[in-house]
Amino acid sequence: MSEYLVQFNNISKFFGKVIALKDVTMKLKKGEIMCLLGDNGAGKSTLIKTLAGVHKPDEGEIIFEDQKIVFDSPRDALDIGIGTVYQDLALVSLMSVTRNFFMGREPQKGLPFFKTFDIEKANTIAAERMGQIGIDVRDPSQAVGTMSGGERQCLAISRAIYFGAKVLVLDEPTSALGVHQASMVLKYIVKAASQGLAVILITHNVHHAYPVGNSFTVLNRGKSMGTFQKKDISREKLLSMMAGGEELDKLEVELKEMDRIENN
Amino acid sequence: MSVKSESIKSKKDSGQDERLKKISPLRVLLNRPELGALGGSILVFIFFGIVAGDTGMFSAYGTLNFLDVSANLGIIAIAAAMLMIGGEFDLSIGSMIGFAGICIAIPAIYWGWPLWTSIIFAFAMAVLIGYFNGIMVVKTGLPSFIVTLAMLFILRGATLAITRLITGRTQVPGLRVLIEDDPIAWLFATDTFQWLFTWLGSMKLIALRTDGTPLATGIPPSVIWFIALTLFATWILMKTRYGNWIFASGGDKVGATNVGVPVGRVKISLFIGTAVASTIFACIQVLDAGSADTMRGTLKELEAIAAAVVGGCLLTGGYGSAIGAALGAIIFGTVSMGIFYTDVDTDWFKVFLGAMMLIAVVFNNYIRKKVTETK
Repeated sequence: MSEYLVQFNNISKFFGKVIALKDVTMKLKKGEIMCLLGDNGAGKSTLIKTLAGVHKPDEGEIIFEDQKIVFDSPRDALDIGIGTVYQDLALVSLMSVTRNFFMGREPQKGLPFFKTFDIEKANTIAAERMGQIGIDVRDPSQAVGTMSGGERQCLAISRAIYFGAKVLVLDEPTSALGVHQASMVLKYIVKAASQGLAVILITHNVHHAYPVGNSFTVLNRGKSMGTFQKKDISREKLLSMMAGGEELDKLEVELKEMDRIENN
Repeated sequence: MSVKSESIKSKKDSGQDERLKKISPLRVLLNRPELGALGGSILVFIFFGIVAGDTGMFSAYGTLNFLDVSANLGIIAIAAAMLMIGGEFDLSIGSMIGFAGICIAIPAIYWGWPLWTSIIFAFAMAVLIGYFNGIMVVKTGLPSFIVTLAMLFILRGATLAITRLITGRTQVPGLRVLIEDDPIAWLFATDTFQWLFTWLGSMKLIALRTDGTPLATGIPPSVIWFIALTLFATWILMKTRYGNWIFASGGDKVGATNVGVPVGRVKISLFIGTAVASTIFACIQVLDAGSADTMRGTLKELEAIAAAVVGGCLLTGGYGSAIGAALGAIIFGTVSMGIFYTDVDTDWFKVFLGAMMLIAVVFNNYIRKKVTETK
């Protein structure tokens, strides 16, 4: 068995003439958090959907636990243990915490044809799971709409883990959150990784990614600019590698220039 | 699928249950979608109790009368509510009622089918039409409003054209004689608890006809169907996996699909549900009247949706209840009959219906904001 839990080798994806992804390679060990960084349009969404089984890669292979895998549907990815938490979280705000937690995979009891949704068991598990992350769900029948953004994110992650995710793919989990909420989510991600999950954290926010990541893959215009271990790269270097970096440098120079002219 | 099954016993006495009890009953009630309809129906009964309390509206006969009207509307309102919770509309309910009526009457009267086979035929047609509505909405992604509006015209037109083609008229009478000894028709045509009413009559507790039989002869079939369907729908919504899928499909289609809910199948089955409920409605009315009319059920789809909305269903889906829709139907049924017992001109009923709906929508909107409010 190789040291990697999951490997994405030379993944390419084309939409007609558009090259959305070209030769992207990522390898993850158990317990590793890999941050996938890239500016808007870098191909992050396409890559996520490829990992989640929504798109089939046109080139390259996915190797999970030493076996070559082909996904025909998102369900296949879920079944082998790749749990994706999308930006919209797949939570229904009018429904209760419990009903959301078990949405699509409700525990049942009773005789065939008269099977009922085992809501007591579901409530207990949901409350317990949320308790483990430190979110006190006083009443698991309360609507998800009453929860904060960070709590919702944690609920969605916790759900993916409960239903057997070994690889967590998180799409911009902190982008809509304030500092406090974001750090709560990041803490939970680190905790999940320490329990042996491999985490792919997709973000354009280096400041959120750098403290929690073990390795960093930078995506630019559909191509991987390489994967770097944390010890080999600084936060500033990462930032400038993303498309925004050079632009920001240029902007700074221009601003200085304007300043100089005005002062003269 | 590898589901980690954590032990759930350990949490039994850790205080979860204790904290649950702290939530006030009022808050629990406020979170229920049917609150508005419950308040509304209590108000309606108090109002008519004062205005028409001594007019015979609340006699056994009068009560059964407005319950019958409420129950008929309730049967379709519950199905409409479930579909609305699932995030879709069905505007073809009324036309389906007319169509189901002739599906029963024409084979039975003109083709000599036994009545029960034509009833089964009508239900089979309902399943087909509901399936068609559902698959059109799911596969094309068009709004159900448009698809079922088209079906409203198609079905009503077909009903009229087919009936005139075969019978030369727009009404098909003569069904009453066929009901007796039919193995299925009694399900839609028998008053139940007749012994109770006979007994009450013999005790002089309820009004009698001049020949000594009670004026109210038994519980009409509509009421039994209404109660059964309310319980069944509530059980499905609250207690089954499928119920959770209905809420999820209406609440967030994309999210539900992403976690593995078969949204398409859920929606199609709900469209079949409204068509089947329309056919139950048609069976009861056609067998009661003994004739099918091509215009039967006109505008019923709007009344059903109105009752569902008053009952707390959100037009955007994902929220509502069957009990709420049932209460909404009781409000409309009670007012539409009760208005005869007051001095108010019956023309005002529609004004009331509209006003009631507006108030309900404003109220529901407020509730939804409350429910989804972030901390």
